[in-house]
Parts: sequence; C-alpha cells; structure tokens
Amino acid sequence: MIPPSFEYARPGSVEETVRVLSEGGEDAKVLAGGQSLLPLLRLRLAFPELVVDVGRVPGLAGVREEGTTLVVGAMTTHHDVVRDPLVRRHAGLLAAATAGVGDPAVRHRGTLGGSLAHADPAGDLPAVVLALDAELIAAGPGGRRAIPAREFFVDYLQSALEPDELLVEIRIPKTDGWGFHYEKFHRSAQSWAVVGVAALVRRDDGHIAEARIGLTNMGSTPLRATATEEALPGSGDTRAVARAAESAATGTRPPRDLSGSPEYREHLARVLTRRAVLAAAGTG
Amino acid sequence: MSEVGTARLRKEDARLLTGQTRWTDNIDAPGLLHLAVLRSPMAHARIDRVDVSAALERPGVVAAFSGADLAPDLGSLPCAWPVTEDIVLPEHPPIAVDEVRYAGDPVAVVVARDRYTAADALEAVEVEYTPLPPVLDLEAALAEGAPLVHSDKGTNRCYDWPLRTGEDFAAVRQRAEVTLKRRYHQQRLIPNAMEPRAVVVTPVAASDEYTVYSSTQIPHILRVMLAVVTEVPEHRLRVVAPDVGGGFGSKLQVYGEEAITLAVARRLGRPVKWTESRSEGYLATHHGRGMIQDVEIAANRDGRLLGLKVDLLVDMGAYLMLVTPGIPILGAFMYPGIYKMRSYELGVTGVFTTRTPTDAYRGAGRPEATYAIERIMDELAVELGLDPVELRRRNWIRHEEFPYTTIAGLTYDSGNYEAATDKALALFDYDKLRAEQADRNQRGDTVRLGIGVSTYTEMCGLAPSRVLRDLRYAAGGWEAASVRMLPTGKVEVVTGTSPHGQGHVTCWSQIAADVLGVPFEDVQVVHGDTRAAPQGMDTYGSRSLVVGGTAVHQAATKVVDKARKVAAHLLEASERDLEFTDGVFSVKGSPDARRTIQEIAFETFTSHDLPDGVEPTINAGHLTDPDDFSYPHGTHLCAVEVDTETGQTRIRSYVAVDDVGRVINPMIVEGQVHGGLAQGIAQALYEEAVYDDEGNLVSGTMADYLVPSAPDLPEFVTERARTPATTNPLGVKGVGEAGTIASTPAVVGAVVDALRPLGVRDLRMPCTPERVWQALKEASA
Repeated sequence: MIPPSFEYARPGSVEETVRVLSEGGEDAKVLAGGQSLLPLLRLRLAFPELVVDVGRVPGLAGVREEGTTLVVGAMTTHHDVVRDPLVRRHAGLLAAATAGVGDPAVRHRGTLGGSLAHADPAGDLPAVVLALDAELIAAGPGGRRAIPAREFFVDYLQSALEPDELLVEIRIPKTDGWGFHYEKFHRSAQSWAVVGVAALVRRDDGHIAEARIGLTNMGSTPLRATATEEALPGSGDTRAVARAAESAATGTRPPRDLSGSPEYREHLARVLTRRAVLAAAGTG
Repeated sequence: MSEVGTARLRKEDARLLTGQTRWTDNIDAPGLLHLAVLRSPMAHARIDRVDVSAALERPGVVAAFSGADLAPDLGSLPCAWPVTEDIVLPEHPPIAVDEVRYAGDPVAVVVARDRYTAADALEAVEVEYTPLPPVLDLEAALAEGAPLVHSDKGTNRCYDWPLRTGEDFAAVRQRAEVTLKRRYHQQRLIPNAMEPRAVVVTPVAASDEYTVYSSTQIPHILRVMLAVVTEVPEHRLRVVAPDVGGGFGSKLQVYGEEAITLAVARRLGRPVKWTESRSEGYLATHHGRGMIQDVEIAANRDGRLLGLKVDLLVDMGAYLMLVTPGIPILGAFMYPGIYKMRSYELGVTGVFTTRTPTDAYRGAGRPEATYAIERIMDELAVELGLDPVELRRRNWIRHEEFPYTTIAGLTYDSGNYEAATDKALALFDYDKLRAEQADRNQRGDTVRLGIGVSTYTEMCGLAPSRVLRDLRYAAGGWEAASVRMLPTGKVEVVTGTSPHGQGHVTCWSQIAADVLGVPFEDVQVVHGDTRAAPQGMDTYGSRSLVVGGTAVHQAATKVVDKARKVAAHLLEASERDLEFTDGVFSVKGSPDARRTIQEIAFETFTSHDLPDGVEPTINAGHLTDPDDFSYPHGTHLCAVEVDTETGQTRIRSYVAVDDVGRVINPMIVEGQVHGGLAQGIAQALYEEAVYDDEGNLVSGTMADYLVPSAPDLPEFVTERARTPATTNPLGVKGVGEAGTIASTPAVVGAVVDALRPLGVRDLRMPCTPERVWQALKEASA
C-alpha cells in the first residue's frame, strides 16, 4: 500500500489548473477528494507522474440555481450534496443515491465531480447523472464546454475529458414533480453496487408518462435502460411495470467478477428495475 | 464489593481506541532501515535466477538479498505439531531458494532508508521463473501422478490421522434405521486482524543482542523459535509484543518475516522494520479453514443417534507452519458435539496445495466440527420429520449426567443444555417465528423466512501438558503469573498471556483486586515482553482466562498467605486467629487489632520487623498446568429472510445464550460474543478466499474479500446460562471463540431452512446472493 513516486502540484485557480494539466499531458491526474485515486495509487494500479490537487481551487464547491437548472460544483462533497436543500428539492434522485455512497468518511471527502470524472461504471453517481440528463461542464485551454452525460462516459474508467480539461460543474435539469428512486444491490454495506438502478418517473393521470432509468455496473459505462424506458409510458399497474422491466438488461454487457456473473446481473437488472420504477412511481 | 462480575470499563481502551499507544509500526529507532519483500507472482515455479544488483544501485537502497544470500543465516521455519510419526515435514525456508510454492512466497528482500524507496526498489529485482503446475484441488492432489507441491517428498499427502471409538461404525450403520451422508465445504478464510503484521528488530550495540518487536500473539514461543531458526542464542533475544491490534489466530505464528528481519538486522548491525500492507497480508499471513468434510450419521427412526463417521480432507497450503497440521485435530474430538452416541469414526488427511499455508483462525478446528454436526443434525431432523430442536433434545447429554465422558473420550465437566436452550427459545419467540414461516410458505411469499439452530459446545483452556504430549504437540500448556505488592501498596501483576485486544489488563486487575482486597485502580498488569514477563505460553484458543487467569488467582492467593505470616507476627496473634476481609487482616475477637495488606507490603519492604526465617517479600509467582479442558456451550437461534428474487439474505434476529461459566467482566464477555458472531456470520454469508485456476488469489483486497461491518449485522440478543466450570478454581470456561463456533451453522441452517420448501437441499458457504439464486434456479429446473 505504498504509492509509487509522483510530482505534486496544487494550483490556486481553474486557469492555473488547466495550465498545469496542459504541461503534464497524459501523465497528469487530477486529485479531488481522493476517494478513488488514492486507493488506485496505493494498490499501484495507477502510475501518474503528476498529481494535480484541486482541493484549494476556489469556487468549485457549492450548489446554486439557474432557472430550471440546478448547478452543482464539481468539488461539492457527497456529504454536502446529501444535505443541500436545493439538491433535495430539485434533484432528489441525486440526494438519495449519494446518501448511499461509501460510508460517512468517504462521503465527507469524496466529491461529485471526482466520482464522475473517475467514470467507474460500478460507482453510483454516473448512472444517476445519466438518468438526470445532466450536462458536465469542462474547463480547458480554449474555455468551457458542456458535455451531455450521455457522451461523457466513454469506457471503463474513461471519460470524455481531455487530459488538459478539468470538470468544474454539473448542470442538472430540475426534476420537480418526478418520482425517483435509487435501488442499490450490494453484498455488504461498504461494497460497490453489484447492480444499481436509478429511476425517474413522471406520472400523468395515474399512468407513467415518462421514465428515465440509469443502470450501474451493467457494462463498461453507466447505461440507460432504453427498452424499458420506451415500454413504460402508459403503464398503470404493477404488472405493466414488471413487463416493461423485463427488457431492462437489453443491450447491456455486464461484467463478471466475484460478486456476480453477467447472467446474474442481467437478472438483477430486471428485478431491481421493476422495484426502482415502482418505488419511484410511488414517491412523485 | 466484588470486582469479579462487574462490567468494568476496560483500562486499556482509552489508549487503544484513541491510537495513543505503541503499535509495532510506530516504533522508531535511530538509523532505522525499512525492509520490503518481493513475493512470487505465481503459485508454483522453479526459481532460475534472482538478481538484486539493479535494486542495489537505486539511491537510498542499503542492501538486497535473495533467498540464497540469506540461506546461511536462516533455518527452516518450525512446525511444532507433527501430528503423526510419519507426517511429511517439508523444508520451509523463510525466503524461497529453489522453488516458490504459493503466490506470495518471498523470493527476495530490499532494505532501504525509507519505506517508499524499499517498495519502489522491489521493481528492480530481476527474477526468472520456470512455471510448474499448480496444485489446487484437494482430491486431485492425492491422485496417482498428480503434480507435486514438494517433489522431493513424492506425495501431496501430508498425514493420515485416524480416530475410532465405541462400536464399529460399519456394524452400527448396518442396523441403523436411518443413515444420512453429506459433504460440507469449509471455505478458506483470511483472518483480517485490524492491525496488519509488523516487525522491528533493534540490535544492541556491539553485543550480538537483539530486541524483536512484533505484532504477535506469542512473544514467548516466538523467542524460542527465533533462536532455533536464526541461531541467535536465546539469552541474547528479547521479544516484545507491544499493543497488538487483533490476531484471531493469525498471529499465533512464527513468520518468515520475523526471522528475515532479525537476520538482516544482524547482518547489517542496524535496526530494521518490516510492515505488511493489507493486500500483502492477504497473501503472506496464514489463512484459516479450508477443508472438505464427508459426514455420515446413523440413527433410529425415533431420532436416537447411533454413530457418526467423518472424513476430512484438509488444505495445509504449501508448507506446515507452527500448528498447521494440528488444527483439524483440535476439532477431532468435537464432531460428536453435545450428543450421545455409540460409535464414532474420524479420518483426517492433510493435503499440500500451492496456496498460502493455513493455520489457526478463531475457533481453529472447532467451528468446522460444530458446523458438520449441527448441519447434519438439521438434515436428520428433516429426514425424520422432527423439529430440529426436539431432535437435539432427544440426544444431548442431560444436565444430571455431568460429568459425562463423550464417545470421543473427552469428559465434559459441566453444562446445562436444557437451561440454555429453553432460555434461547423464549427470547427468540420460536413458535411465533415458525408460524410466520409456515404462513409465508403457504402464501408463496417471495421473501422466505428460515430458522437455524446451533446447540454447540467447544473445548477451551488449552491445555493439560500431558494431553498435548499425547497429541504430539511440542510445547506445554501451562501458564505463569506473578503478583508484586509494591512498597506503596500498589500491585503489579505479571502475566505470561499476551493480550491483543481481549482486555486481560482489566480482567486480571479484577481477579487480583478481589483476592488481595485492593482497589481495581491500584492494579497494573505487565505483559508481552520476555524480559518483563519472562515465563508464559501466550494467548490463543480461549486459554488466557482459564489458564492464565487461574495463575493470577493462585499467585495472588499466595501473596495473601505470605502476608498473613507477617501480619500474624506484627499483630502478635496466631495465623489461625487472623481473618482477611477486603484487604484487612484482623484478629478474631479484637476488631481494633488490624493491618491492611498495603501496610504489610510496606513492613515487608522495610523488613525491620519480620518473623525469623521469613524472606523479605510477600511477592509470589505461580505456574499452573490445567487438569483438564473447559467446555463452554450454548444455544444460538437465527432467523433469516431470504429474498428469493435476488438471493439476498438478511438476518432478522439472532439470539445467543452462552454458558461460559463464571463471568469476570460481563461487558467483555458481551464484546467477545458480538465479535465472534460477526466472524461466524462472515463465514456463513460473506467471506471466501477465492483462487483462480492458476492459483492466484482473486479476492486479493478488501474490495473483493467482504468483511461485514456493523451495518450488515443485526442487533444481537445475548444472554447467559451459568454453570461454573469445575476444572479450575475460578469456575471460568473461556469465551473468545464461542460466537464464531456457534453462529456459522445457525446462519447457514436458517438459509437452507428458508429455501427447503422450494427444493434447495444445501448451500455452499458463503451463501452469497448469486449462489442462492443459482440454487433456486436449479431446484426449480
């Protein structure tokens, strides 16, 4: 558990961070709350030459509203996300899912931006922002650009961020009036989700009008359960939801590890999707 | 007021819980060097070449050694329990020289000025291997022509150890109305003490003397063994176990790293430290369990047991460590449990594999035995259409039958299975849960309820030295204590036990305070240093209180006897006329004529007025060798809810009623039961050391080896039944392993009970959600 040696930089602004990252190139790695990067370093699974600590960059943490959009700073800790009244009111799914990330120590250190930039498909929050149709704002040498969540997660532990880009904020369309639920299936309280399902449901006249479903750990990136989303509108009862949930694993390529085979994960995705949608439909 | 029986807060907790204490890794010394170990990445390979020269060129690297380099200074690591005369005892070099035999086997070491440099320099050591076939399957390993772990031995069979008592099992089987056969798998477990292992060796300048600090359970045994392995004479070795953060048996060991660090410190004449990382420990610290159990039980239709036959294939791993072959033997006498029967037959076969060696892990042999008998009793109850509690009741030793010599030849001195079981059933609300279970089954609920029961007993208080001789264990089972009354009336208790979290300082203080009549706060306990506490047999197998606590009690009693002589002289009375109450000697009939034991301590210190022929001390020591083992027992009941859609098991309620004899500190007993339950439940539902087909440990970090924590566990309901042990003066039985031994079969039994109506007959441990889902799928197919 001894990390390999690396250079360390602690820039004081976003601009300086981008400059340092540009100079560091492919071998630089951003350190936010350290809850994903430090274990990788200590297990010698990552060998960056330069670690860029953005912990002292001002203006990256906090939550604000911009009309119909909720803006969460990338360095906002999980703990602050969970207790933030704006997040609770306008992005309840994010608050609910974040409450189950890691343990209290992890939630006090770990950040939303760090978790997303790490792009671990087994992490809870990538599937959540995917379901929320969030936009991720990256700052780079040429200024800022918005990356839709659907394009942000490229592959296992790989995001659309360029090596010289810093994730600065997450813009989430408000989901006031939507029902939500995050169904996390894990083997012990502190272990990763074997499978997780993030469900958002908008109801109209006793029926499901629209549903968005993000899947955790069902492929090399977080995924949307598109077939189920398409089948759900019009569902008015448990049986209809169950029928729609049967296609939750369609198009997924779940991993095999000690917690589950692909077949088991596909089965779980169906069961958990049904449960998550029913729970979300009951909360709205 | 009696200290014994009081839930005193633990004296050691303020510093242990705040970290304001000395763990081995905190120890610093001027010029300290750091040692890192390069380990084999392969399960089995020939070492063709080791070249450390590039590592030596790294700045900050002071030395680097291959196995061959250090071989002249290092003998074979010891196995102290060769269980049979013809056991196969392979050489076990602390660093491999010609061949590596498990992933993690040390091949070279680097010594550097700091830990980071040492870790980095490992990458510069060049090793060439020729892969050899791994040996992983216990049955295949015994087949003709199987690849060999130790090719010079010609076999992977380490030993065969048979036991046959009572009537011939084959005959009993023939006339039995019912026989059942089951195969159980005891998966490998990784002990996971909170503090990883660490060693610091400091040479004493210019004198070939060494202090070895180690996170160990056994400083005394370690001193003897290190002297043998390294040929540093024993009188020039001092071994210290500073505060030690848990062991669970994993630090009941003489490790290669301890010998290597000593040898390197001796060569370099510099202090050297080695600290293991968690993932390194997963490979390098011994594992527990690892056994296939074939169990056959014979009974009559009315449920009366006739006989039991057990065949064990036990995974030794690559080498025999301190007591590796003896672990199944610790369980050998416990397979019949608390039940009466006429025939018992056991065969134990030890098998070498190319995996990390196994050895003691909390319960050591007894959890395996308890699991086998309790699980097959459940199956027999189903076969006979009897309630599992009723089947047990029909077969257990009745309270009035104690002392009772079991079919395995042990004499259980005391117990009250009826009392413990009745109490547990009432606390659990057994009948109500059974009714709910039937209701759920009838409704076809997707969440099923299951109930598991474990009426366990175990064997503690290791051990009468003569019994150990008969079992071919190389050491004795005694324990030592001395009690010193200081001139100011304060007390030092020196114990040969070596606590690593148990709370000996508190309990030994309570015992001494009561005997001497001094305040609890006035007692200090000294332990874990072969210079300060020179005699001891250390801490393992729930022996410390039963044997070590008894030694403290007897030594303190001797102090009072010696003080009585001085008091009688000072009070000008005959010893017969003295009373001793709450620390005060008084003359019967003359209440004003009194001296406190503290006053006697001071009078003895000055020695101005001692009777003729009395030595000027009331300090006393005592070594005790137990007459027999002690036998804690209890009844545990577990209710689980199994989600048949996901396979997830949730423990809904858990009742543990344990009879551990007389209780010194109820809070500590409670803590031991809770921790033990957590570890037993962990085996049932969570933990497994998983290897791939090449022999690599796949569950190599805590992300893949799931240790449950508080949120995963239910609120335990714990109670006690109280039948004092008759084999020691304190009436104590031991509690360190009870929870682990009892709980595993109760939990698995509950899961199987929940799924039986759906056609599931058994499940392998750990009962993971996917295994449950698979079993349900197969049952419905």
